[in-house]
Amino acid sequence: MGIAVSAAAQAREHPPIGTSGPIGWLRANLFGTWWSTAVTLLLGWLLLRWAWGLIDWGVVHAVWTVPQTPQGGPDPARCRALQGAGACWAMIGDKARFILFGQYPYQQQWRPALCVLLFIALYGVSASRRFWRRELGYLWVLVLAAILALMWGGFAGLPFVANDQWGGLPITLLLSTFGLALAFPLAVLVALGRRSRELPVVRLLCVLYVELIRGVPLISLLFMASVMFPLFMPEGMNPDKLLRAQVAFILFAAAYLAEVVRGGLQALPKGQTEAADALGLSYWAKVRLVVLPQALRLVIPPLVNTFIGFFKDTSLVLIIGLTDLLTAGKVALADPVWTGFAREVYLFLAVIYFAFCFAMSRYSRGLEAHLAAARSR
Amino acid sequence: MTQAAADPRYGAAPPPRRRWRLSWNDPRTRNLAVQAAAIAVVAAAVWYLAGNAGRNLAARHIATGFAFLHRVAGIPIAEQPIPYDPATSTFARALLEGVLNTLKVSLAGIVLATILGTFVGIARLAPNWLLSRLAAVYVEVLRDIPLLLQLLFWYTLLQTLPAPRQAVHLGPAFLSNRGLRLPGLVWQPAHSWAALAALAGVVLSVLWARRARARQDATGVRPPVWPVAVALIIGLPVAVWAVLGAPLGFDVPVRKGFGFAGGVTVSPEYAALLAGLVIYTAAYVAEIVRSGIEAVPRGQWEAAGALGLRRGAILRMIVLPQALRVIIPPMTSEYLNLTKNSSLAVAIGYQDIVSIASTTLNQTGQAIEGIAIIMAVYLVISLTISLFMNWYNARVALVER
Repeated sequence: MGIAVSAAAQAREHPPIGTSGPIGWLRANLFGTWWSTAVTLLLGWLLLRWAWGLIDWGVVHAVWTVPQTPQGGPDPARCRALQGAGACWAMIGDKARFILFGQYPYQQQWRPALCVLLFIALYGVSASRRFWRRELGYLWVLVLAAILALMWGGFAGLPFVANDQWGGLPITLLLSTFGLALAFPLAVLVALGRRSRELPVVRLLCVLYVELIRGVPLISLLFMASVMFPLFMPEGMNPDKLLRAQVAFILFAAAYLAEVVRGGLQALPKGQTEAADALGLSYWAKVRLVVLPQALRLVIPPLVNTFIGFFKDTSLVLIIGLTDLLTAGKVALADPVWTGFAREVYLFLAVIYFAFCFAMSRYSRGLEAHLAAARSR
Repeated sequence: MTQAAADPRYGAAPPPRRRWRLSWNDPRTRNLAVQAAAIAVVAAAVWYLAGNAGRNLAARHIATGFAFLHRVAGIPIAEQPIPYDPATSTFARALLEGVLNTLKVSLAGIVLATILGTFVGIARLAPNWLLSRLAAVYVEVLRDIPLLLQLLFWYTLLQTLPAPRQAVHLGPAFLSNRGLRLPGLVWQPAHSWAALAALAGVVLSVLWARRARARQDATGVRPPVWPVAVALIIGLPVAVWAVLGAPLGFDVPVRKGFGFAGGVTVSPEYAALLAGLVIYTAAYVAEIVRSGIEAVPRGQWEAAGALGLRRGAILRMIVLPQALRVIIPPMTSEYLNLTKNSSLAVAIGYQDIVSIASTTLNQTGQAIEGIAIIMAVYLVISLTISLFMNWYNARVALVER
């Protein structure tokens, strides 16, 4: 008897079907009000139609391979026959290595590929908090030197490849990573200079530098590097285009990074510097041992976000004619065999850029949450 | 400060100034030396670079100075906000066209990106799961793809439109790979008067709103503001136009040869640049709006809900005005970014200031002057936007007593 009653009571304790479980979730999140229902239906319909269109274009009607012509080149006739109804992935298959590595000698393209892997490994190691110590700095120097050596070659039987033949993804990674690595020390100095109260002249110079660079578009700096820089060099000295663009990037990045670092310096409680002064530390000892270790830790998430910005901004070298990933894609489009398949190429490029930027932004958000949790403990 | 005033041991007299010694151990000497060294290094660098530049320019027979501004440019310009003729107009006028084109795309971009971004930002917080997910995907995807790639994509897409001969009819307008051809209004004096009336309507509405607020403060009764403002801003010009005989004439485009005659054109370059800038920047604006709304304490929502306001009304009347204080500083830098990003126009052939200045420096060889012009223009625009936004920020900032 008693058992039966409790069973009945249990049955009654089940929540009504409409407020929990999948149906409850649907009601709460998709069909709460008539307004919400209308939005859901409209968006759902648009999404389905669009997704179907994409699958239809990118999978169902897509051409994955094309036959060879008697001359040995690819024959795009099958792609042309589609007249835009399906994607021509065969073009990406044919051009992927050019887009990724540019004019780099075909037989040697394992070298830039290895460099890309080294870059990714370097990011991966730097992302892990376990490795945040002094040795990481040495590792960066070592890996970046190894990457340059591998790209140039000229030793151990590797043929020398001049850097006007470099191209594609390695250029994008080189410009952004070297830009960050070399701009960072400069940025720290500029941020400290901007904060110094005892040196008004230095502060003024730092303010001028940062505001001038941040006030003008990156393109004008790249133009400066490509057309104005040679005018300022002594006769006979003409650094190549990649180096000039790299210098422009470093100057650009340093101004933005300096502002990020300054944010970290400002967030540091004043008591820290006062305590360091009270201990009788010299200025540089104070900065090195007390201020920077704390301030930089605070600004790692915004630093990653700034780095994402640089990574995307490297695509601007298209305008001064350097072969980075985007330029290589555009050059591939100009191939008369494959002309007219721009959507496929741009989609391919977008996926690569997205993969890098998305990974970094997820990482930055996770780190931010972690640091916020650590602070509030 | 307060401590110094309260404690008689402090504040009575400043600490004695230490005498300045000419020794490396005196911080003042050290600071002076460091700053003198900094000035010397910068001056030496400038002197060295200027010397090189002078020698190089002389060796290449490149003129210096801005005299070229008064020469005939001969640069064909497709998009002309003010009348321009390549055969007679000067470089100065060509550059002015570029500046106006930059302003044209930046201002439209700022307005549209703000509107789109605000909607997406609000949509991210919407109770509807599908809507908020889609908004999140929009933000995430568009922020992680370089703007230049997006611009090229939109431009390519617009170029795949049919040629003018097979142009798509959209009512009286034509859509083709030469852009969108719209019917233009034939401007008549009555329209100028109506525009003036609209301006007067705005001024009168502001005055009325001020009076209404004063009245509300005095009596607690709020006179209607919106109906009056609508009547003044829309009704007044319409009335003026009707009184002057309601002239209305359209310049409808027609096919002619390989192109069109009549009407006004939105070029594909302008459309692609504007679309790219708006869609890209809106993703950032959406994040700013979202974090601004989230910064408003939950209690504000709950209190407003307890008063019986609906979600839309809460958002409009309670949350957004408070969120605005958090939103404005980052929004300012986003507007600046959009303006600077409009310089990517050069990649798709829209003739903004960067594009025209770079053509100029190719024709004259005067790279230093050309780049100086680009930088000066952007610095002036950046400063203007910053000043305006700082003024606005000061207006909406919380005034604490």
